[in-house]
Amino acid sequence: MSVRVGEAARAPDFPRAAQHLLGNTQLRHNVRQATNVIRRKRASVVEELPDWQALREAGRQIKQHTLRHLDFYLEQFELACTRAGGHVHWARDADEANQIVISLIQARHAAEVIKVKTMTSDEIGLNAALEAAGITPYETDLADLIVQLGEDRPSHIVVPALHRNKLEIRQIFMEKMGLSDLGDRPEDLTNAARRYLREKFLRVSVAISGANLAVADTGSVCIVESEGNGRMCVSLPEMLITLIGIEKMIPTFQDLEVFLQLLPRSATGERMNPYNSIWTGVTPDDGPREFHVILLDNGRTSVLSQQESRDTLNCIRCGACLNACPVYRQTGGHAYGSVYAGPIGAILTPQLQSMEHSQSLPYASSLCGACYEVCPVKINIPEILIDLRGEVVERGDAPFSERAVMKAAAFALEKPGRFSAAQALARVAQVPFERDGVIRHLPGQLGGWTAVRDLTAVPKRSFRQWWRERTRGNLA
Amino acid sequence: MNTAREQILKRIRDASGSLPASRESESEGLVREYRTIRTLNLDARLDLLVDRLHDYGAMVYRCAEPGLNQAVASVIAGRAKSALLIPPDLPKTWLPEGFRFRSDRELTYSEMDASEGVLTGCALAIAVTGTIVLRHSSGEGRRTLTLIPDYHLCIVRANQVVETVPEGIREMARFKGVPLTTISGPSATSDIEMTRVQGVHGPRILDVILVE
Repeated sequence: MSVRVGEAARAPDFPRAAQHLLGNTQLRHNVRQATNVIRRKRASVVEELPDWQALREAGRQIKQHTLRHLDFYLEQFELACTRAGGHVHWARDADEANQIVISLIQARHAAEVIKVKTMTSDEIGLNAALEAAGITPYETDLADLIVQLGEDRPSHIVVPALHRNKLEIRQIFMEKMGLSDLGDRPEDLTNAARRYLREKFLRVSVAISGANLAVADTGSVCIVESEGNGRMCVSLPEMLITLIGIEKMIPTFQDLEVFLQLLPRSATGERMNPYNSIWTGVTPDDGPREFHVILLDNGRTSVLSQQESRDTLNCIRCGACLNACPVYRQTGGHAYGSVYAGPIGAILTPQLQSMEHSQSLPYASSLCGACYEVCPVKINIPEILIDLRGEVVERGDAPFSERAVMKAAAFALEKPGRFSAAQALARVAQVPFERDGVIRHLPGQLGGWTAVRDLTAVPKRSFRQWWRERTRGNLA
Repeated sequence: MNTAREQILKRIRDASGSLPASRESESEGLVREYRTIRTLNLDARLDLLVDRLHDYGAMVYRCAEPGLNQAVASVIAGRAKSALLIPPDLPKTWLPEGFRFRSDRELTYSEMDASEGVLTGCALAIAVTGTIVLRHSSGEGRRTLTLIPDYHLCIVRANQVVETVPEGIREMARFKGVPLTTISGPSATSDIEMTRVQGVHGPRILDVILVE
């Protein structure tokens, strides 16, 4: 078993990665700009629906129900999909999934595949595995294409290239598409992508997709998109391979009525996204003649076994929590070191890896609760973050400085006398480090604490002292 | 022997532990207090659909049933087109004189790519979201027919228009197993600096004729 979430196991800690990114003003500007636009649009289309809260509640209940009976729904999906002419494969981890994809492509002697945006394939590192096997993957989502051609990493679940501006994109396209001239308006760049990709859509015979939703009772798969690259990938090639995380199941076709309202409004702030494709197995004379589904675990069953945090699997990958998060909005997605960034990434990434990696992510939050408020399936992210922090501490994986500070705090707060003594001590000890009432760097091991936060200096007089003196003054 | 399958299912069963209620009774108890029924009359419903389609940048023309083929003629003439592709079973009464219509009988992708556009009907439309639903069959064509051409003219009849998404999905559930595409305006992207650009890979222009 080798559960892998992109390169997350090797990524630097969040505070270290973030500190570096905070210096990148261009990136921060782009992230702020993009998240502001989506937040505004989301808020206005959510406000339009008087039954939004009822939809969220239904979404939460349907997801929780599905996860409680996931074995049943997966088998039901498998049966229905197989009856409709699809082939269903099961993969325990990233390597197993990649191997299945590669064998299917090699069996057709294909050397190229077109891909429609799938987070799951980024999670399992599919592109690298394909390239190692001599197969060239072409990303067809515009943002994914920008990321792929720029040899870059995605920074947002829904708009993966929001950290790039149009001049950077123009440069990448001219270089990688071999264009001698190209305008820099978004229209020019989009047209260049249309021309570059159309030839591939018409020629390449194998496509790989993810799934936004998989319907257990009918065996149908639904892809939610805007550009039409999804429609191209699921209807032009001769063979389609669809990678589905096992948590993407919903019980019935009718349940689409909930998620096809929640997802577009939360993700892009649209009443409905331009295109949805819903298909079931194979259809004679329409679309691929060979259809494979890979049901992927890769750590999901381990999340499922945690009663306190299993709601993480309710996630429908809308990205609303990223846009709402004050931490994400400062750092952008790369600081998280995972294909899943932002609040959902902070709870999903370490859990998928059985809490063995990415332990700094549950701390990448101010616990303000904005993520919970916008979550279309009501995942209580702050509560899960706290729970996971507890787990990090219990495992003894918390940073040394934090353990030391917490231990000292516990000792000092135990008795009022100790607390006043500690205050008096701090007042003297802080002198060399204080400037204008703020401490930015502490020495030695305690430096770990101030590496990621400023401290307010202990004031010259405590409230208790002030109160005592004031009372005395009044009496006099 | 399928060990991956058995292992994943076993892990799920181990993780779920003992269940408080049976699946069926739990499923029936799921709270669905969202709107599922229409509140608008026909006129208001159609106006809402038109408004939403305009919002997406689609052009909408309204006509009465007897004038449909004339409406088709004026829309495609207005787009300076002389020939469109059609699905095999499109009603012949929709087609005006003076234009060429080529039925999709094993057209190649290149032929579709080289065409001036496509004319189809639809299965239903959802007013609240401005969504057109294609049920890919002989009436609305296979999926590639309404995807590869750069222009799509879609005929929507008033009695096909529902108000809410739940009404629409419940209709769609009846088309068991048939591939479905929902279209809400022409293809679009906001991937570059969040600027909306219309027309990426699907038809860049969508026109709708609403038949009352």
